[in-house]
Amino acid sequence: MNGRGWRIALPVLVLALILLAWEGTVRALGIPPYILPGPGLILSTLIADSGLLWHSLLVTLGTTFEGFVLAAVGGIALAVMFNLSRLVEYSLYPYAVILQVTPVVAIAPLLLIYLPQHLAVLTCAWIVAFFPVLANTMLGLSSVDHNLIALFELYKASRWQVLWNLKLPSALPQILAGLRIAGGLSLIGAVVAEIAAGSAGAGSGLAYRIAESGYRLNIPRMFAALLVLSLAGVVIFFALSAISYLILHRWHESAVKREV
Amino acid sequence: MSAPGSTIVSLRDVGKTFDSGTVALGGLTFDVRAGEFVSLLGPSGCGKSTALRIIAGLSAPSAGRVDWPGGAGQIGFVFQEPTLMPWADVAANVRLPLKLAQAADPRSRAAALHALAHVGLADAARAYPRELSGGMKMRASIARALVTDPHLLLMDEPFAALDEITRFKLNNDLLTLWQAAQRTVIFVTHSVFESVYLSQRIVVMTPRPGRVFADIAIPAPYPRDERFRTSADYAGYCRTVSEALARAMGGAP
Repeated sequence: MNGRGWRIALPVLVLALILLAWEGTVRALGIPPYILPGPGLILSTLIADSGLLWHSLLVTLGTTFEGFVLAAVGGIALAVMFNLSRLVEYSLYPYAVILQVTPVVAIAPLLLIYLPQHLAVLTCAWIVAFFPVLANTMLGLSSVDHNLIALFELYKASRWQVLWNLKLPSALPQILAGLRIAGGLSLIGAVVAEIAAGSAGAGSGLAYRIAESGYRLNIPRMFAALLVLSLAGVVIFFALSAISYLILHRWHESAVKREV
Repeated sequence: MSAPGSTIVSLRDVGKTFDSGTVALGGLTFDVRAGEFVSLLGPSGCGKSTALRIIAGLSAPSAGRVDWPGGAGQIGFVFQEPTLMPWADVAANVRLPLKLAQAADPRSRAAALHALAHVGLADAARAYPRELSGGMKMRASIARALVTDPHLLLMDEPFAALDEITRFKLNNDLLTLWQAAQRTVIFVTHSVFESVYLSQRIVVMTPRPGRVFADIAIPAPYPRDERFRTSADYAGYCRTVSEALARAMGGAP
């Protein structure tokens, strides 16, 4: 088998072994489902509750998507402003860092006090996701080829032309890398906020489902919802990677297949 | 456009001291006349690239003056690296100077294709820079510098990174381009052989802080070709220039 084959076969094998051991242990020791359900039961719960979970998934994905778009727009816009004006950068950047390093789990309950629930959840998703977009875009905007900048200067390009025709396209690989991280993080932000809001009650997203199932000792549904959540994260990551590849594959080294 | 033989640009005691305290140029004085092919020759770090950037207006002199008797006009600049935008195809790269000047699309497109044809790259218009060889990238870079039809072309060691076969070919093509339009070229190089092959005049510079050490005419007729490269005349000019360079460096010839 070639390297690519092993890279798929080995993790699948590991998964099969773990699931077998798990199912075997649960059956052999007679562990009740409200303590630890076996993989079989989780799968049947997933199918039985699919309508409910699907609805919850859409709610969470909706929040994630909104948070992601806000993070993308906000992160890129902020980075452009920082790049155009040192004063703005010096004034605001420390607070961006503070927002980033403060755990969102700790901020979420506060936000829920002061903001309507949906807005609070959205703000959490944004806080977690915007920083990688900001940091990557800043890096990209400031690492433009110096000779290209000189060339634009030679032809008397305006600031706007330099930004639009040189800095932004040049920063595109870093911006896309930031967005790829932000996709996963906005899901995490949405989940954290839903969990925090869980006790407050009105939500219906996947994380809320997990919290609610926990209170009801419906452990199989907790696992099923968790599974759906991970799959959503994986899909988001691959979707953003694919978009990045489509945009970059004609010109950027990171996306070019090398002939060996 | 200036009349042939009139002074296009004159440098008077141009000095440059960087913020770091490095003195790159210590009073550089020379003139370039319309239609001339002049090389600035000197060791690495002698400030020849700095001089070129000052002439291009990309860097301000700390002392002295740069005068343009006939007005500065449009300048073309070719960097040591091809300096192409990797995200744009060759045609878009070549079109850039016109796009920045907000020229109408059809006109700039036609001008770009014309410039590409001039450097023998007509077939590569839709290719991306990474798909080109080093020599082809440099041709694209030259096409971009020519697209505005500049009266003065500044070249900063443009062929230094190329292999010898490609460099010789580009040397010949550059001479053809220069003769066809009677442009003025200021060519920075650290190669004695390249400067003698190309130039009518060689300005030999001292190590940092750079000054003019010698101004040597190479009166061999054009068109020059591979026969010139192997002639006794060529060898003689190379010796004269090498000796001047060695003296400029402060060593025995």
